[in-house]
Amino acid sequence: MNIHGKAFRYGRDVNTDVIIPARYLNTSDAKELAAHAMEDLDPGFVAAVEPGDVVVAEENFGCGSSREHAPVALKAAGVGAVIAKSYARIFYRNAIDMGLAILEAPEAVDAIRAGDIISVDTTTGEISDETTGETFHAEPFPPFITEIIEAGGLVERTRRQLAAQREA
Amino acid sequence: MPRPMTMAEKILAAHAGLVEAHPGQLVECDVDIVLANDITAPIAIQVVEDLGAEGVFDEGKVVLVPDHYAPNKDIKSAEQTKRMRDFAHARHVAHYWEQGRAGIEHALLPEQGVVVPGDLVIGADSHTCTYGALGAFSTGVGSTDAGVAMATGRAWFRVPETSRFHLTGSLPEGVSGKDVILSIIGTIGVDGALYQSMEFSGPAVAELSMDDRLTISNMAIEAGAKAGIFEVDAVTRAYLEGRAERPWIEFHPDPDAVYAATYEIDVSKIEPMVAWPHLPSNTKPVAASREVAIDQAVIGSCTNGRMSDMRAAAEVLKGRQVAPGVRCIVIPATQAVWRQCVDEGLMDIFVDAGCAVSTPTCGPCLGGYMGILAEGERAVSSTNRNFVGRMGSPASEVYLASPATCAASAVAGHLALPSDLAPVASPKTDPATAKELA
Repeated sequence: MNIHGKAFRYGRDVNTDVIIPARYLNTSDAKELAAHAMEDLDPGFVAAVEPGDVVVAEENFGCGSSREHAPVALKAAGVGAVIAKSYARIFYRNAIDMGLAILEAPEAVDAIRAGDIISVDTTTGEISDETTGETFHAEPFPPFITEIIEAGGLVERTRRQLAAQREA
Repeated sequence: MPRPMTMAEKILAAHAGLVEAHPGQLVECDVDIVLANDITAPIAIQVVEDLGAEGVFDEGKVVLVPDHYAPNKDIKSAEQTKRMRDFAHARHVAHYWEQGRAGIEHALLPEQGVVVPGDLVIGADSHTCTYGALGAFSTGVGSTDAGVAMATGRAWFRVPETSRFHLTGSLPEGVSGKDVILSIIGTIGVDGALYQSMEFSGPAVAELSMDDRLTISNMAIEAGAKAGIFEVDAVTRAYLEGRAERPWIEFHPDPDAVYAATYEIDVSKIEPMVAWPHLPSNTKPVAASREVAIDQAVIGSCTNGRMSDMRAAAEVLKGRQVAPGVRCIVIPATQAVWRQCVDEGLMDIFVDAGCAVSTPTCGPCLGGYMGILAEGERAVSSTNRNFVGRMGSPASEVYLASPATCAASAVAGHLALPSDLAPVASPKTDPATAKELA
């Protein structure tokens, strides 16, 4: 799976309360959540983000609550992938379960600048900064994780599997 | 020959059908138990229904426990427990216990022999890590993961790094498993074992009771860990005797397994500890915290509501009275613990001391009900979290400690050790109570 877009840069410990503030959790509608993504950290984010764009951040991205709304908000806002040095454990799980590509690549994080055009191949783990011509490697996803992300999340991938089993 | 592995790596590899697994690897596994409670099950059940699954993957491996807001706190919680109960009956879920037979999930499952060593367990509750005490790999997940696993019996994992906690020495008199884990979290911090498996080993482990081990594994999540695992030994096997529902497999770490860190801990140097607001890592000795006056003491929860916890509290409360102006709430964690408290005469001790004793529930621990704090109030509690507002008002405070410390503090009216209390004068029954009962 290939992702292509511009980079948004953030620091360390980007928490789930700034990714999607708790005051908006009275809905689980992806579009409504997307309208407030990153609002408390970067008020210009929602207006600037386009499909395929990449969020690049330092350590411990997604720390805080276990709300599945956080990766949903990013994905529905158009974010194609997140590249960070490390992730909080439950956010990492939730991101994959919600079908958001999420990569660990410290060298890429150090090199990529805000606004650089980035392409990501989730099958090989290759990250290219097209603006600078540099390439980096993250550990590639095994096939089942790629399947989850390509299906749009764990529930949809499981639904397809169960349907295939019934037909078999 | 596979690479040398830790317990976590071995259990995950075995359940993924692999010869070996290494930290960072993403694996898809068959799970042995999928757990949810009255708060998390309704969302997981919705996932099962959205998937169009015909039933749960295995009626014996899905476990549903009404405990957080059960007995029902209000109409909303009644709807949630009903949703779970109806699903359990319709899908023939074998491990569902009704209120009056149930208890707090993480006390109930080990007690009933539902989890055995070598199991891979996921639960839609962060304290699912408790079963590491039995030599299982057990971790908390979101409701979506739990729902998919209920339908398919499968879940994916990122293999965690392991940190080893090598325990030596003998626990001093009056120091419990709670003091050990509070001391460890105080040392390494609330993210000290982030994403890792904590593996507890060393000669001191043999002296730890199963109840103490369950308390220690229970709070692994408070250090950020994914799991907190004890190696299976004679104590584990004796506990499982006549209790385990299934045969089990023991996974022992290889001597040359690779650890992210090794911590040497001499437990003989640990003293009774208390975690001050508002983090479990904010620990100080109880002996340096006596100035803290309290309004409430809570003795119970998945951390410390087992039989040895009840006995430790009763030993302190026997022949004594809860201080005027203090509420002492005692919650045996399961119906069996409650029954045993009656049989051993502990209920008489609690009631005579002026404690309020509740049927099993998570209630006050998460600020649900059954002991909510008002603005400005302070509680000492044998529970697991002391975040801002955890037990009620955002302007209240929770101090985490062992059951013995909680009981002594309830009598003293401030944080205290049992040894601070005046000796009990005579074993005579309180005259007022004696008259009433005559």
